[in-house]
Amino acid sequence: MGARAEAPTAPSEAPGRPPPTILERCTTGIEGLDNILGGGVPRGNMVLVAGSVGTGKTTLSLEFLVRGAERGERSLLLSVTEASDKLFQNLSTFEFFRPDLVEQGLLLFVDLPVIYDKLGFDREELSSEELDILLRAIRDLVRAHGVRRLVIDSVTSLCYRIRRDEQIRDFLLRLGEILTDEGCTSFLISEISPQAGRYSSRGVEEAIVDGILLLWNARRRGDILRVLQVVKMRGTSHSRAQYVIELTPIGLLMAPHLKGGFVEEGS
Amino acid sequence: MAPVDIGEKLRALPGGAAVALKLNSREYADHYFAVLNAALRDVGNETNAHTIYVAVTSPAAFVWSLAQALDVPQERISFVDAISHLMMHFTDPLANATYVESPRALEEIMLRVEYLLRRYPHPKSIVVIDSVNSLAIHNPPELLSEFLHILLNHLKSREVLTLVLETTDEQAASVEQLLNVVVDETIDVAGVGI
Repeated sequence: MGARAEAPTAPSEAPGRPPPTILERCTTGIEGLDNILGGGVPRGNMVLVAGSVGTGKTTLSLEFLVRGAERGERSLLLSVTEASDKLFQNLSTFEFFRPDLVEQGLLLFVDLPVIYDKLGFDREELSSEELDILLRAIRDLVRAHGVRRLVIDSVTSLCYRIRRDEQIRDFLLRLGEILTDEGCTSFLISEISPQAGRYSSRGVEEAIVDGILLLWNARRRGDILRVLQVVKMRGTSHSRAQYVIELTPIGLLMAPHLKGGFVEEGS
Repeated sequence: MAPVDIGEKLRALPGGAAVALKLNSREYADHYFAVLNAALRDVGNETNAHTIYVAVTSPAAFVWSLAQALDVPQERISFVDAISHLMMHFTDPLANATYVESPRALEEIMLRVEYLLRRYPHPKSIVVIDSVNSLAIHNPPELLSEFLHILLNHLKSREVLTLVLETTDEQAASVEQLLNVVVDETIDVAGVGI
């Protein structure tokens, strides 16, 4: 029998070391998701919410913001493509949405194109200097309002204006540092095609983020089910099982994805 | 000893019990109406319970018309209708029903039941699954086993009384065995007073 390398001991488990730090959790408020994440997303984590069209990425992320605002955490939606007025209207159809949270300033909507205009960004492609300015603008916005939850819808659209993969990597690394320093937990929505085989359009984002929630449509003999899986979440042990989700008026509900039958992965 | 009626048997069950109600196809109409009467009127009305009726055999509209004949108020019954879409009977949706596109979408049935339990929180709730035979037509046994095991255990944890209807003389042996594993009690409707 050949020699076998010993599994490395986690630093926190080594003799004489202090016990592991229990990370503060940012409770998403989506009961099923919090259950599989052991209470929520570690505070300050940057999470990619990846999925194709119609899989529930935006609704899940909006509920994350509303539940946070309900708990008194200032929550911000940074909308890149769709006007936030339209998202606000969509949100109004859900019973869990409370317009008073907007009136109280706990739920904020900002259109990124408005920020671009204010910063004088008029070119299609963002330069490294402009990305620096944009990062500072986001930091100032988060800091000025004491934002504890941020959703960028979508990081895919934002990255369309960034030419090189290295620039995307650098931008997201620094964005993650800024948000972690501010204690702000963020969801970055990533639009992917069903056959992409990765979690973002450029394949860069997934290596930077702390967590990935993957959503897709599964087919069972012609019927389509929305499925969610936590692919990774740094700082927590979590279930990697698949769950069917339902976007109900009272919020997102989850049930185990039954495995007894034939399931064909699809759009 | 005089036969015990179904309503009396159901009322005696503890919260969270899962019960299989065996109907016979030769006397199906009588048995079915007796079960409906016992579940919706004897137990539902008398204990002010909220009933969630999972309709897989007949559309919710048909069951609702029977429930109205039994004086069941609309606010005390909701339907998860998993058959109307498939039968193309989806012309006039009920206000107290939620519609699942197919009886094969078992997770969606679970999620709609959960939605209704949360939407109408009530000290006492009943879930009626009508029926395991109809679910077995559309789903393979392994999938159906998983569905019933998860759903019934979940409802038990929430103290919900669950009634699973089965027509025994049309039942595959595998489904019969499965039901024996997941339910706490079996009531043979032919063997009790109706």
